[in-house]
Amino acid sequence: MLEVAFRKRLGSFTVDVEFTVPSSGITGLFGASGAGKTSVLSVLAGLAHPDKGRIAMDGAVLYDNVIGTCVAAHRRGIGYVFQDSRLFPHMTVDANLRYGLRRSRGRMQTNTFSAVVAMLGIERLLARLPHRLSGGERQRVAIGRALLSQPRLLLLDEPLASLDEARKAEILPYLEKLRDELRLPMIYVSHTLEETLRLASTLVLLSEGRVAASGSIDELTARTDVRLLSSRADAGAVIDATVAGHDDVGRLTRLSFAGGTLQVTRTSRTVGTHVRVRVMARDVALALRAPALSSFQNVLAGTVVEVRERSRGDFLVRIAVGEAHLLSAVTFHAVEKLRLRPGLAVHALIKSVAVGI
Amino acid sequence: MLTDLEWSAIRLSMNVALRSVVLNLPLAMMVAWVLARRRFRGRALLDAFVHLPLVLPPVVVGYGLLLIFGSRGPIGSILAERLGIHLAFTPSGAALATAVMTFPLMVRTIRLSLEAVDPGLEEAARTLGAGRIDRFFSITLPLMAPGVLSGAILAFAAGLGEFGAVITFVSNIPGHTQTLPLAMYTALQSPGGEETAAKLAVVSFTLALIGLIASELVGRRVRARLGR
Repeated sequence: MLEVAFRKRLGSFTVDVEFTVPSSGITGLFGASGAGKTSVLSVLAGLAHPDKGRIAMDGAVLYDNVIGTCVAAHRRGIGYVFQDSRLFPHMTVDANLRYGLRRSRGRMQTNTFSAVVAMLGIERLLARLPHRLSGGERQRVAIGRALLSQPRLLLLDEPLASLDEARKAEILPYLEKLRDELRLPMIYVSHTLEETLRLASTLVLLSEGRVAASGSIDELTARTDVRLLSSRADAGAVIDATVAGHDDVGRLTRLSFAGGTLQVTRTSRTVGTHVRVRVMARDVALALRAPALSSFQNVLAGTVVEVRERSRGDFLVRIAVGEAHLLSAVTFHAVEKLRLRPGLAVHALIKSVAVGI
Repeated sequence: MLTDLEWSAIRLSMNVALRSVVLNLPLAMMVAWVLARRRFRGRALLDAFVHLPLVLPPVVVGYGLLLIFGSRGPIGSILAERLGIHLAFTPSGAALATAVMTFPLMVRTIRLSLEAVDPGLEEAARTLGAGRIDRFFSITLPLMAPGVLSGAILAFAAGLGEFGAVITFVSNIPGHTQTLPLAMYTALQSPGGEETAAKLAVVSFTLALIGLIASELVGRRVRARLGR
């Protein structure tokens, strides 16, 4: 576990944050440009020093101004993937990859190098110089180089920001593979919510140098009071689900989640696969009685937990469905007509096509 | 074509220029690094001091060297008594005078090449476990090497022609401290020496041109390899 609490002045801007990062999985550090995301990473890596605070990883203190400890960046064992890859231009891909490997203190399994190279699909690139690589290839090599330095924690600073959509789609699966196959905690900085939600399991929301909220993704995305998320047009709960089965006649796939079953458009994912779906608030309609016949494939019985006006005449309703929570965006008119109040039993109506895996 | 004395002047010039470059390199690299990467009080003063030989009359530099490194100077006397090293009126002294005169040129070129190295790469090396010295030798030095090399070649070419500081500090002793420009000067002073002066001028011209071209080629070649 990484415990972070520090304060750092940067001119007229102050970063003052406190949060913890679990020992496994990806923690998304999300916020607008200029919210202080990169400053937080720099301080964690030891490239910048805070004015005061305490940073400790698994009990080992990395920085503490009270006892006067500040571990040098090259001794922290924290890997860093920069937005602009920063491969060493005078070294081949192979030499770049081995740079951190040779300097790592970790006990090195002999097959680690080839395993990482294979995992990132960069075998063909080993003899090349960085300027002969595409943007996507460069980022994959940068990720491999950071991994091979055997870090205890990996920081990724918008690794996809400089890439076009096609290149992003090329790298994302590698990042998911990394998350699923390595027991390595990661902090993933992004200003793209979609990317963050796809990869991270924990979220730290930064706003103007402060932590606006932090917690697990499904908890934060189902809240109505986290403005950084709830005020967005694409606000909506993220639900962890498992592929339960396919309906080939109806061309649907059944997903089971804590609140029951969701039917979505037929996918090719195998039964038992863990998936994460976003159910956007604007795609969830509410009804007091289940409609007799409608095009809604998903009619989930639940209870209203909270009704909050997020802007004039625009309301977010939080509904408990089994163990899970959903958000629904409705108008003032709907709130009045259905008399939506906490405790009211409702049915959440969700179109199958609206739920993307 | 050339007399023995003229050949010895050319050889001596090469020798002096080479030794001045070797003498300068480590110090020039340190000063360039400090000027490029460190922020401290007195940086502007150091910068100005480094550039002094560029604007001072060379005679003043030679005179200063005599005062400091002459046999009765504070450092010269110690060198002579303890180590038996004499600088004034010797070829080694000529190398020292040339080194002082070409120092600003070297610091400038090295500093420019150092400033072209992205500090972000050094940061990346830090996160990969490289300490300060390790970083310098594995990242910074190789990346600035082309600039250092072309700067060294340039300083060598410029050092071949150093005149004022050399003649003041080590005088003009044929076969001993008479470098190429000094031999030319002597030839021009003596009746019927125009032919010798012309020959030596052509040699100087050729060496300077080769130096400039070599410096440019080295820089271009390494830049091409790095894809810049």
